[in-house]
Amino acid sequence: MAVTVTETPSEREQIEMLLPWHAVGTLSPDEAQRVEHALAGDPELARQFELVREELGGTIHVNETLGAPSARAMDTLFKRIEAEAPRKHHVAAVSLSERLSGWLASVSPRSLAYAAAAAVLALVLQAAVITAIMVPPNGSNGERGGYVTASAPATDTGSFAMVQFAPQANAAEIAAFLKANKLSIVDGPNAAGFFKLRVAVTALPKEALAQAVRRLQQDKAVGFIATVE
Amino acid sequence: MQTTSDEILIGRIAKGDRLAMQVLYARHHVKVFRFVLRLVRNEATAEDLISEVFLDVWRQAGKFEGRSAATTWILAIARFKALSALRKRPEQELDEEAAEAIPDQSDDPETATAKKDKSEALRRCLQGLSAEHREIVDLVYYHEKSVEEVAAIVGIPEATVKTRMFYARKKLSELLKAQGIDRGWP
Repeated sequence: MAVTVTETPSEREQIEMLLPWHAVGTLSPDEAQRVEHALAGDPELARQFELVREELGGTIHVNETLGAPSARAMDTLFKRIEAEAPRKHHVAAVSLSERLSGWLASVSPRSLAYAAAAAVLALVLQAAVITAIMVPPNGSNGERGGYVTASAPATDTGSFAMVQFAPQANAAEIAAFLKANKLSIVDGPNAAGFFKLRVAVTALPKEALAQAVRRLQQDKAVGFIATVE
Repeated sequence: MQTTSDEILIGRIAKGDRLAMQVLYARHHVKVFRFVLRLVRNEATAEDLISEVFLDVWRQAGKFEGRSAATTWILAIARFKALSALRKRPEQELDEEAAEAIPDQSDDPETATAKKDKSEALRRCLQGLSAEHREIVDLVYYHEKSVEEVAAIVGIPEATVKTRMFYARKKLSELLKAQGIDRGWP
């Protein structure tokens, strides 16, 4: 007697459960072959497959007679899209360098953006390495704090400002501005194109920070800058 | 003619391409609308929801990783929106709709078959399935989703997808039997 896959009850049940997908054609080639083989040797299963095909036809009919949405849905959608802020870059999943180059690409030629991003990244890494070497160990047992780059998410120490670079500022000017003022970017850009800058590694008095920010505002690379409390 | 794949369109949408959004909407809005309508059973609500669904597509396009088909992703968003909307509706409203959808079992079998032929009875019973069963039947038969894709959309294991579909079909047979149509299965 020929042995078919349907002779094992559990196998037959499995095949039975796959019939709807076989009717639509969404099984893998291997599974489809398995079902075809079972159908060929099991008339009862084949009869059940015909019921599945009826259900398939009925379901398509039910859905196809449901109509379509009016133009109102599309109007609403695109009005809301129009009202959305300009597309922001996907901030959460990209590195600081990618965010910076993305922002720069939106305000200056792409080649300059890459150059500036690389320059800024080099600067902040350099600053971090120098800090790691020069800052004496802290703590009574002489342990040194962990290696933290200046481009890491803002630790809470230091004094900060939010800056929006001038649209006409090119990459070289931005890099020069950051270097000349010993600034590091710790976050951004946000939806409005603002970067968070570390202005000082210590917490400056409010007035001193305001004064520093006023001075930075004079730079032609800066569009807008404000202190961060 | 080769059409732009959904995945490419979503990549463009992530960069703010509104034309790509229009293409994607034109391609899928009818089926998404029907999927939502079958769940919420209210056209105005379904229309509102598809705007919401595609607005989410617009906003979240940058997060689409292409691990599943774009339609699987969109239907998952649609399902979430539809279920959220259903949760906000008064229970009484839901009860009334459920009552309307259940096939009239007061007719004797002869009357029922006289009223409707087998195909019509089948369609009527398909509409009388519970929301959970309607959903899976639609996803498999109409939206042509594989076991894996249904699992991703509904958020259940693949084995559960198969058994739920099996029980949905079984329930369908029971409803048909109550209408005087014995399919001889199960």
